[in-house]
Amino acid sequence: MSTIGSERSHTAGAGDTAHHSGGQPDIDVHDPSLSRFELVREGARRDGVEIVHYAPRFPIPGTKAERRIERTIALLFLLTGVAGLAFVVIFVAMRFAYTPGTNSAKLFTPLLGVTFGVALLTLGAGIIMWAKKLLPEEVAVEKRHLGGSPPDDKKIMGAQLGHIAEETAISRRPLLKGALLLGLAPVGVAAVVLPIAPLIKDPHGRGDPLLHTGFDPEYNNGNPVRLVREDGTGIRPDDVSAGGQMTVYPGIPHGATNFWADSPTLLIHLREADAAVARSNLARIPLNAPTPDNPDGGMWQNFIAYSKICTHLGCPASLYEQQTNRLLCPCHQSQFLITDNAKPIFGPATRRLPMLPITVDDDGFFVARSDYQVPIGPAFWERS
Amino acid sequence: MRKRKFDLNALPAAAGNEIDDRLHAATPLRKLMNKVFPDHWSFLLGEVALWSFVILLLTGTFLTLFFDPSMEETVYNGSYTPLRGVSMSRAFASSLDISFDVRGGLFMRQMHHWAALLFVAGIIVHMFRTFFTGAFRKPRELNWIVGLLLFWIAIFEGLFGYSLPDDALSGTGLRIMNAIVLSIPVIGSWIAFAGFGSEFPGTEIIPRFYTLHILLLPALLVGLVTVHLVLLLLQKHAQWPGPGRTNYNVVGERMVPRYASKMGAFFLINFAVIAIMSGLFQINPIWIFGPYKAAVVSAGSQPDWYVMFLDGSARLFPAWEIRAFGYTLPPIFWPAVVLPGILTVLPMIYPFIEARRLKDRRVHNLLQRPRDVPNRTALGVMAIAFYVVLVLSGGNDIIADQFSISLNATTWAGRIGLLLGPPIAYWVTYRICLGLQQHDREVLVHGVETGIIRRLPDGRFMEVHQPLGPTDEHGHGQLEYAGWAVPKKMNRLGALVPTVKGFFFPVERPSRTPIGNGGRPVSTGPQGQRELEEAERPR
Repeated sequence: MSTIGSERSHTAGAGDTAHHSGGQPDIDVHDPSLSRFELVREGARRDGVEIVHYAPRFPIPGTKAERRIERTIALLFLLTGVAGLAFVVIFVAMRFAYTPGTNSAKLFTPLLGVTFGVALLTLGAGIIMWAKKLLPEEVAVEKRHLGGSPPDDKKIMGAQLGHIAEETAISRRPLLKGALLLGLAPVGVAAVVLPIAPLIKDPHGRGDPLLHTGFDPEYNNGNPVRLVREDGTGIRPDDVSAGGQMTVYPGIPHGATNFWADSPTLLIHLREADAAVARSNLARIPLNAPTPDNPDGGMWQNFIAYSKICTHLGCPASLYEQQTNRLLCPCHQSQFLITDNAKPIFGPATRRLPMLPITVDDDGFFVARSDYQVPIGPAFWERS
Repeated sequence: MRKRKFDLNALPAAAGNEIDDRLHAATPLRKLMNKVFPDHWSFLLGEVALWSFVILLLTGTFLTLFFDPSMEETVYNGSYTPLRGVSMSRAFASSLDISFDVRGGLFMRQMHHWAALLFVAGIIVHMFRTFFTGAFRKPRELNWIVGLLLFWIAIFEGLFGYSLPDDALSGTGLRIMNAIVLSIPVIGSWIAFAGFGSEFPGTEIIPRFYTLHILLLPALLVGLVTVHLVLLLLQKHAQWPGPGRTNYNVVGERMVPRYASKMGAFFLINFAVIAIMSGLFQINPIWIFGPYKAAVVSAGSQPDWYVMFLDGSARLFPAWEIRAFGYTLPPIFWPAVVLPGILTVLPMIYPFIEARRLKDRRVHNLLQRPRDVPNRTALGVMAIAFYVVLVLSGGNDIIADQFSISLNATTWAGRIGLLLGPPIAYWVTYRICLGLQQHDREVLVHGVETGIIRRLPDGRFMEVHQPLGPTDEHGHGQLEYAGWAVPKKMNRLGALVPTVKGFFFPVERPSRTPIGNGGRPVSTGPQGQRELEEAERPR
């Protein structure tokens, strides 16, 4: 600041600056009588920048007001040091391991944030104060060149590009052009195919996973798959009270893990009256309807099982409203009426939750009669 | 040999010479340092995004040292006792380790998350600034497009990062992404299987997202941010109209030291705010959500705020499924694939649409006040209204719960609001713009209200107006509107005593003149009396 600060105000009219910088001849920068600021101003001028106003914030150095600002900035910087030191000490020395309950370790992250934040905040505030309150004020005007390059340069560039085309004479040499295209085409195809091809998997390949879940007997050596709890234990009708529900999984190895993310199922024990309604509605859906050899249809007595995977976007549709017999998906609020084949009655879902046909095996545990008869979860193009 | 005298003062000059001999940098460096930047608070908004991005790179690098992007099952055995013995993916377990067993890890994780939220927020408000002030016009259309690309890449970057910890919320988000991809006609299931490597969830998606999240997308972001800034330097920042400012110049401060030091300090302040928020405000407490399980979800599941508008659109879109010839077009295709597509393309071509509509091929370096372009401003507010309805609908279950409203009613309110809100917003904004324009013109013609009420001899009351400049024979001001703020209060004209500086005690002696006008006392004698009388002459 020593030299620049001692310069007095350099103010010129803002209006007449536009013409200056271009036309004026360069001044001799080796002239020993030039001050340092005059050199700076000359440099700016050569860059198309006119410093039209330059004045110290405090024309008389060392006033009370100036010292006050200096002290404030110094204080901010010292605070940076204090907060930074506190941060280091806390970071290194404080106990932070998780222990249940209220304890000082819970303060570790908040203290780190506050000390680190205060250190940076005071540093930033100090620098900004320095720049805005101590550095001399300046208004500089830089020229802008509108539009494109000078016409000469445009013309030369056009000629140059045209010349390159002429040199290669691509238009005159159809043989080369054709050969190049023929040569490049496979390379281009390879460049696209190489990274993508290894990723491609036939969605309807082995096992046709979009159409099958863990309840498919195929995954249980052809035997019907039991409905089990997360820990793998089977479920008897007595385990679910009337009006209650339970999330069940296929009783196969890893059946309750994310590997079988399409299989979670909601087993609902309807109350007598609701079950009667549900039974009477079964016939509406041919797949769920009772048949001569299976008079219960998809249900078993008052029990009914639906896929838990919402047909909208695949969230678990798991909020069971006992009073209204609705299932609500908490993600996008599709609502399904479980007494009517899980028909979507509100929200964005278009399809029913597929019903898992269930019965009870000889040991008294719930089993799936078969896999889901339609694909579970969100729809896709080739799903009819 | 005599030891050469070492001159410390000559060292910088000598070093500078040595460097310049090799790099030839003096001229270009001087040009860069002399670059003039205009100043306005609204130009800070883009910097919020830029600095948040830098913080993301710093904190993200730290997190990669400890995160394990694997979906292999493991049993948690770390120090967070409530989850000990629970089986989970290694990704989730290592995220827990970062939160509980790495010193400062939770602080870093929270800074990364808060910085990500602020990054997208900074981009969005910066885009609004650019849109409403017309900064996207020729010659800056290309940078507007680069900015939009940055916005979408940032959203995907955030979405992928959000999916990595494999907690209950991020897994649910992944499942929704899977369903959205499945809805794409013809190739949906193929794309989903290509991405996930199998049926959802498989074991590939988190490692793949990790590669995208820490390598590919950051590289794209760094590249495009560089392009964005280089274009800014080449084209020079647009500026507001004002004294001495034209389409042909930039008025402001040179970059070094003023502008650069303020920018650097703003980085520190940005960092400080993120650090304090990360220390004090919990974000994404994955240990409360627990590991992802396909059958588990909780009520009130919301994505990060910048995805909420898409979640809202998924909630509002009616159950309209197209089924024909044995094929299905699921309804989610429209709000989650087509809508974002439109939202990408429409703003990208907007600069060209507007230029074509106005037959405007000129170069614009002066910004416009939103009120002066009512049509564009109203369109922008219309878009904001559309967006806000979607965001609110993304949390309609929370609204229904907190305000005891029927959930279904909030959905319907969103559907109706989405159709009615934007046109109303357009109309209201348009009228407000015209009103503000008119008020500017009115003050230019009739002067500033002084608050001095006069009673005329015939008993009428009238307020004295202070003209802003020379007046014609009717007492009407002759100043033209210049596209910049018109002073509307007497203290803007320096008519009141300047506020005395100082926080707890004055550092300056208060001015002795009762009415100051930039130091020049305003006469209250006969001359001033005459001025006031002229001002109130009937018009």
